[in-house]
Amino acid sequence: MEYSTDLLNALVLVSNYVLIPALSYGSQLALGAVGVTLVFGILRFANFAHGEMMSFGCMVAIFTTWWFQSMGISSGIFPTAILALPFAILITGLLAVAIDRSVFSFYRKRRSRPVTFVVASVGVMFMLNGLVRILIGTDEIIFRDGQKFLIKAGAFKKMTGLSEGLALKQTQVLTFVLAVISVLVLFWFLRRTRTGKAMRAFSDNEDLSLLSGINPERVVLVTWIIAASLATLAGVLYGLDKSFKPMVFFHMLLPIFAAAIVGGIGQPLGAILGGYVVAFSEITATYAFKKFIKYLAPGDFVPDGLVQFLTTEYKFAVSFLILVLVLLVRPTGILRGKVL
Amino acid sequence: MALLLMIVGFGQSWNVALAIFNLCLISAVMSMGLNMQWGYAGLFNAGVMASTAIGGLTAILVSYEPVAKAWSAGGSSLTVALVFLLLTIIAGVLVWKKIPKGGKRSWSMTAVVLIGYLFMRFFFDQATSAIEAVEPAKTGFLGGLGLPIIFSWLAGGLAAAGLAWLIGRISLGLRSDYFAIATLGISEIMISILKNEDWLSRGVKNVTGLKRPVPYEVDLQQSEWFIKLVSWFYGTAEDGSAVSADVLREAMQLSAGVFVKLCYSALFLAVVLIILGLATRALNSPWGRMMRAIRDNETAASAMGKDVTSRHRQVFVIGSAVIGISGAMLTTLHGQFTPGSYIPLRFTFLIWVMVIIGGSGNNLGSIIGAFITWFVWIEAEPTSLWLVGHINELLAETNPLRHHLMEVAPHMRMILMGLILVMVLRFSPKGILPEEAPEHY
Repeated sequence: MEYSTDLLNALVLVSNYVLIPALSYGSQLALGAVGVTLVFGILRFANFAHGEMMSFGCMVAIFTTWWFQSMGISSGIFPTAILALPFAILITGLLAVAIDRSVFSFYRKRRSRPVTFVVASVGVMFMLNGLVRILIGTDEIIFRDGQKFLIKAGAFKKMTGLSEGLALKQTQVLTFVLAVISVLVLFWFLRRTRTGKAMRAFSDNEDLSLLSGINPERVVLVTWIIAASLATLAGVLYGLDKSFKPMVFFHMLLPIFAAAIVGGIGQPLGAILGGYVVAFSEITATYAFKKFIKYLAPGDFVPDGLVQFLTTEYKFAVSFLILVLVLLVRPTGILRGKVL
Repeated sequence: MALLLMIVGFGQSWNVALAIFNLCLISAVMSMGLNMQWGYAGLFNAGVMASTAIGGLTAILVSYEPVAKAWSAGGSSLTVALVFLLLTIIAGVLVWKKIPKGGKRSWSMTAVVLIGYLFMRFFFDQATSAIEAVEPAKTGFLGGLGLPIIFSWLAGGLAAAGLAWLIGRISLGLRSDYFAIATLGISEIMISILKNEDWLSRGVKNVTGLKRPVPYEVDLQQSEWFIKLVSWFYGTAEDGSAVSADVLREAMQLSAGVFVKLCYSALFLAVVLIILGLATRALNSPWGRMMRAIRDNETAASAMGKDVTSRHRQVFVIGSAVIGISGAMLTTLHGQFTPGSYIPLRFTFLIWVMVIIGGSGNNLGSIIGAFITWFVWIEAEPTSLWLVGHINELLAETNPLRHHLMEVAPHMRMILMGLILVMVLRFSPKGILPEEAPEHY
């Protein structure tokens, strides 16, 4: 009997500190990585400005939220930012299209090398970063409305009588649900609609798709709009889950790229897979398993150290290590990449 | 460029002008290093910061006095940890070579790495906590070799070259985008190591008070020859009479600062000239021609029997070494090592702006690009503050926008840099000084 409660306690512990955070963080990464992978599949370059696009989208959502709040509009138990999402997506999408028209389309016409696009995207990254900082400043901003917890740690303990609590934030559920919905919509779009099929064809073989009368500019336009929408969604969800800081999104660039490459770049399904792989390994490797082992081990055995593979400061290192491993062992990624 | 610096000299102060000039020189070394990688060979290195940071680390490791107590506290366990690390690597290599490819190899490899890691970690944790406990407010790290800091410039280059070789082994030979992402990752990891491994670099507690290769201002103001020099320079007012002691003291302080900065300038200038000379020679040699050939058409070059990947690795290592030298120089100039100050926008992407503005593939162009970019980067802040000040005069006293504008004005330079980069890339992709097509074949 006692051992089985210990087992339950250990399970709850892991879900609370590893499973749930990793699921929501993984969803955010996956959304970002799908955007990166789409841009890569269609435009064939790694977009360094993607993180800043997330940050821009989140910023617009914050402004809209403030505006709504000043008018007294709110969405009850949900955070107001959910209402602000459509506006943020609209504006970020417009921005992405404007950037493409003013910066990237020129190189596309000239058929420049991919690396030129990458350098241009670094320029865009600088500009967006500056823009976000100028518009909203560099302070940390936390969304503070809506119901915070679905399950509180204390209530859970009372309910189940276990000694470990389980806290479930509303934003975590929201993140996961919204991510699943948007991914399903995306796949429906890519598989079933004419434009989606055109995008897949274009990504598979540019010349052949051009011969069969696909309008490349339209494909590129749609790609940017989708990428910007996903980036906004990911940015807002990250902001809701944690907080908004202009610098955070630059640092998310590495895990996002890692997720896209690990899954097989150019493969949306792979990007989602990669997002969860990166998130789970990041959180597992930096979690201290001391208590977990204490529950599972027979008797009163308690490990000496924290039983933590890496300290939390080395989160980056985890995504990077996975990246290196995949590049060494299977350079094409888990799902052999290159086609949508 | 010289004119601009003169304007700053007269307008703000000579100290500011020389400070900018010194950093321009260091940036010039950085951009020459990146130019080798990007301009000669077309490698997109998004981890310039890693080389700079390891150069800076070398500066403290070479010049700081060794902390004997820390060595006796944790030196032995650290050595044991190092031995285990070596053993793990050797065992790993053996497993990789001896056991044929397949499930068996992966499992034994994992086992070797895991066991080795656990052993190493055990001794390593002992060592670090022992070392960090030694007078944490003052030292708490191993210190360095206690050599003159100028040696670190060379050592920094070597260390950066070693790191680059390792990165190159892993990530070169893949697509260019993957290489960019891999280098970006390495640089992030490098910085988090420097921030968190207190036993090595004191982490975010910073290492200050490094030795200088040039005299100190305080000593200068007391040395006889310097006093004489200053009195000769400033001693007589315009009408020929002797100036008062107060004026002279002020002039003394000012010129001590200027003199020290001039010493640095001379040292840096020497480095810039040496590297420029070597880089130009290399570019005009058969080696440089081969590099350009590989950059322009990899397939053709490899058909001619050139080993593209190993040539890329070679030029990546050399370029990183040059950037490593500049990192050591930077730490020398500041006299302190602050891992927290390494941010990619400033240490990676700004260097990219320098190279692209100046003209990829042209060494002189890189230097000019470095000067212009650094100047704009530094002077954009006061300029935008001044602009905002004028805008604010138009706004009402109570307008909340006033305060916000004042606060965010410095970030204007981000937009400016991005704009310059995009504009140059589009309208003059060859930069200010285009690459010269060699005429002798």
